[in-house]
Amino acid sequence: MDLVQLQRQLVEYRTSLYHEGFLDEQYTQLQELQDENNPDFVVEVVSLFFEDSERLLNELTKALEQQSIDFKRVDAHVHQLKGSSSSIGAQRVQKVCIAFRNYCEEQNVEGCLKCLQQVRHEYSLVKTKLESMFQLEQQILSAGGSIPM
Amino acid sequence: MMLGNCATSSSLSTTSDEDIVNNNLTALVVDDSPMIRKLHDMHLKKFGLKVQVAENGKNAIDLFRCGASFNLILMDKEMPIMDGAEATRELRTMGVTSMIVGVTSLDSIFDRQAFMEAGLDHCFTKPLTTENINFLLQELNKNNEEN
Repeated sequence: MDLVQLQRQLVEYRTSLYHEGFLDEQYTQLQELQDENNPDFVVEVVSLFFEDSERLLNELTKALEQQSIDFKRVDAHVHQLKGSSSSIGAQRVQKVCIAFRNYCEEQNVEGCLKCLQQVRHEYSLVKTKLESMFQLEQQILSAGGSIPM
Repeated sequence: MMLGNCATSSSLSTTSDEDIVNNNLTALVVDDSPMIRKLHDMHLKKFGLKVQVAENGKNAIDLFRCGASFNLILMDKEMPIMDGAEATRELRTMGVTSMIVGVTSLDSIFDRQAFMEAGLDHCFTKPLTTENINFLLQELNKNNEEN
């Protein structure tokens, strides 16, 4: 595939992520912070998001496996996940977190378990999509091109 | 993006944020999430501020005790060891007059009110946006002019 095609593919892919609600305006702000002095900024922040999220998802799984569930603890983890996902613009993850917190408040175990499953799913989707997008960007850069905005 | 009427010796550019003279302003980002620290650090650096970071309320206090001072403190609420509200109260008790801005994902008005009462000047919901920072810098520059 030639450079122009790659660039077009990237723009289309990125646009679809916004349309499908995977990313929101916050991700755009993230991109705008990147510059020649910090060319890997977005990838670095997103990698930190991945690390953070995976840790939180593990904690959530553990917390919900307990005999006697500490809902305050569960809520604290979801709250963190909500904060970090909204900070990078991972809108769908953030939305599930909102529902998740409501179930925590109600101390609804089934609701929480369902949300855990959903948030895992949404997280894994956005992770895959972001990684694909980064790969495309890398291909463009390797071909000597620049990332279209 | 215009920053408004800041009286400085250099002329204001109407297009680039980086042209705004804010590099005599210092900021401290207090948050237990490495991701948020990195994000807010970059946001502020883009506007020309000199930024330091701290992982929790206690580390922030220690910095001040060692004689550091900052024009602006971005304070997360939920942190281990010492949370944002406690750290804010402590800083005010120590006589710190820096602008302290809470940045939190707390969405209950009650919780935000409680955080404000600890001694914040402003409180924003995460994530911090460019508009928020613009506003804060306007406020900071206004305070500097009054001195």
